[in-house]
Order: sequence, then structure tokens, then C-alpha cells
Amino acid sequence: MNVLYFAWVRQKVGRAEETVEHTPALRTVGDLAAMLRARGGGYGEAFADMGRMRAAVNQVHVGLDAVLSAGDEVAFFPPVTGG
Amino acid sequence: MRTNIHIQAEDFDVADEIEALGGDDIGAVASFIGLVRGGGGLEAMTLEHYPGMTEREIGRIAGEARERWALDGVTIIHRVGRLRAGERIVLVAVAAAHRAAAFEACQFLMDYLKTRAPFWKTEERGGETAWVEARDTDDTAAERWCRR
Repeated sequence: MNVLYFAWVRQKVGRAEETVEHTPALRTVGDLAAMLRARGGGYGEAFADMGRMRAAVNQVHVGLDAVLSAGDEVAFFPPVTGG
Repeated sequence: MRTNIHIQAEDFDVADEIEALGGDDIGAVASFIGLVRGGGGLEAMTLEHYPGMTEREIGRIAGEARERWALDGVTIIHRVGRLRAGERIVLVAVAAAHRAAAFEACQFLMDYLKTRAPFWKTEERGGETAWVEARDTDDTAAERWCRR
């Protein structure tokens, strides 16, 4: 899966994107977020408060319960502030 | 029905965009222009977005507006990059046969743009840069369209 980060999420994790292998343990977006948080450091900070985190799978807004598949484009970002 | 969606760093010409939406059957064009609000020491904003998803999400919002109202044309231009106080950020312009549809669709599009389109911005004040936090009032503005 290709995982993308935007705004302060990108700044905290220190990269804009990375490849994460899809495994049975990463069933949902929430599972992936928990795995990333467990890395600690900037990831731990970025994913500390999931109330401030939003996600998209294949460029569509989703909740943490969205199911992941190999090859998905998953994005993590703060609530949007356009306009 | 024309839908024009542009994400760009450059400014846009409001008169040209509104003129382009005109036509024989059109009785109304409503538009909204968002500006970088200065004051409080704000010098500039920098906007980033999620290329690909932004266009898709705005396209989806425009599609929903077309289902709700009889529209003849929609133009949405959103700028990205660094913008100084007073500069234009966004244009939403809607053409329809009648004014009610144009006014309502314009407001609907703007409310959804603020809560769904993947843009984020930082503000520069006195040499400090900080991310802008999302506001609950924007969610409330978008949610009222769900009660119709």
C-alpha cells in the first residue's frame, strides 16, 4: 500500500509518503494507524490523538473502520481547512 | 452543463470567469470569492492540497449540486501556494435559469468545499508559521444541507 501524509501529519512523521506492506494484521485504517503510532517518535506524536486525524482510501474520505486491501492508496491528514 | 474545476497557483480573473458562464438560457450567475483575511498581524497563508483527491472531491460535490438544483454551469477555482493578505483564494460561480438555484447552489458548494476538499493552510504572523485549525462552525454550515 502507498501511504501518504499531509500538512502537520507529514511534518511530524518526517516524510510525504512511504510503502507499507499489506498484512492480515492491517485489516482496517485504524489498524494501520495503530501500527504507525507504535513506531513512536514523530509517528507516535502524529497519531497520538485520532480525534484530530482524518483518512482517505483511494482518494475517498473514510472512517477508521474502512477495510484495507493490497495496493490501496491510504492518506492521513488533519481536518481540512480550505476555502 | 459545464463544470470547470481548477486548482492553481495563479490568480484568476473574476469578470472573465463569470462572463464564460453566460448564455442565452441563463438568468442568473451567483458567485463567491474568498480572500486572505488580513488583520491580527497576518501576513500570508500557504495552502497545500492532495492532488488527485482534491479534483475528485470537488467534482463529486459539484455533481451533488447538479442533482439538487437545475444548474447550467459551475466554475470552481481554488488557489494553492503562498498567498498574501488581500489576495483571492477561491472562486465559486454558478449559472442557472433562476436566482434561487444559483444562490443556494453557490452556498452549498462553498460549505462543502470547506469541509470536504483536502486543502490545508498555514498562517504567517510576525515571522511565525502555524497550521490553521478546522472550525466546528464550518461543519455546522455543511451539515444544515443534510436536513433538507
